[in-house]
Amino acid sequence: MSTNQQFLVGLLEREKSSILDNWVLATNGPQTSAKVRAEATEIFTAFLPALQSNDAQNSGSSAWQALKNVLENLSASRAAQGSTAGNTSAFVLGLKQPVFDALQRALSADSQGLLDAISSVSLHVDGMAQWTVDAYQRTREQLISRQQADLLELSTPVIKLWEGVLAVPMIGTLDSSRTQLVMESLLERIVETESSLAIIDITGVPTVDTLVAQHLLKTVSAIRLMGADCIICGIRPQIAQTIVHLGIDLQSVTTKATLADALSLALKRNGYTVAKTKIGV
Amino acid sequence: MYRIPILRMGRTLLVTIQIDMEDQTAMALQDDLAEQISKTGANGVLIDISALEIVDSFVGRMLAAISGIGQILDATTVVVGMKPAVAITLVELGMSLDGVRTALNVSRGMALLEAASDGDHRVE
Repeated sequence: MSTNQQFLVGLLEREKSSILDNWVLATNGPQTSAKVRAEATEIFTAFLPALQSNDAQNSGSSAWQALKNVLENLSASRAAQGSTAGNTSAFVLGLKQPVFDALQRALSADSQGLLDAISSVSLHVDGMAQWTVDAYQRTREQLISRQQADLLELSTPVIKLWEGVLAVPMIGTLDSSRTQLVMESLLERIVETESSLAIIDITGVPTVDTLVAQHLLKTVSAIRLMGADCIICGIRPQIAQTIVHLGIDLQSVTTKATLADALSLALKRNGYTVAKTKIGV
Repeated sequence: MYRIPILRMGRTLLVTIQIDMEDQTAMALQDDLAEQISKTGANGVLIDISALEIVDSFVGRMLAAISGIGQILDATTVVVGMKPAVAITLVELGMSLDGVRTALNVSRGMALLEAASDGDHRVE
């Protein structure tokens, strides 16, 4: 460790409490919570050993790992509270000014030493701020990819409506990856439950273009190949118009207006009749 | 070359494909089935492909062809037990096998054949 660094670390240790006070005050104003103070203390105490280590110039080394972990935790907890990446990195960058002030007080006579110390501290704090942004972005990306997976899972339930009748309420835009997922889970369930009829409800599908229609027809064909039959229902008036205008041929597919109609057809085909037992309201 | 056995159950012929089909095997099956249908006067053919894992366009075409041959020789042909992956593959290959009757499993297939032969009053 160079003498410059030794001096710097010694100074920071001596001035610790005043630096922390100024840092917290500068970033959060007078009404600071104990939590912010604790966060600042944690970062500062991790920063000193990292600075003290032999390879202080090499911020990718293991000596900085502890500090990195602290910063990643800070970033994750800030992100969970809804704070932006900019706020978090501004908080870390807020460490600079109090340290510069302390250095200025100690080194007012030695301008070259002051310059060296300031540039060294500045370099490290900038690196720290960058990590928090990186960590923040990583956390967000994980969140997004998890939500995407959740959405894919949630949007394709296969429901057993009756003995031998399955239903899939499709919600959202149909693209090839979703159709594939729906097709696979539906076919698996057909084998599992030995259902002879599948109802696909497209009430929740906002638009039907030629591609979506092609996906639907593929699903219907696959269901037929398995030995089951398929009814498509929930086609809204506008969508019916679109389908006809696009010239999509749905002649080979049984279609019904609503899920109720589809279910009553399914019951009829399976030999059930629904009878009212009471003169109801 | 492996020849797929054709079993006779009453007036129905039963074929169970237990191996991954080669083109030769498929051709031989097609020949044998045509021969057997006309020899036994069968009115139903049931092809169980529940053990078939891999299909290509040739096997798909073979299934369609057997169905067509059966129809000409007056035997209802039903393909049963297709795996989901196989169904998806065939659809992706653009083969929806429109003329082929399908059923979920052997018992459903037999029921379908019985229903189809109900109107048939030929004496055994």
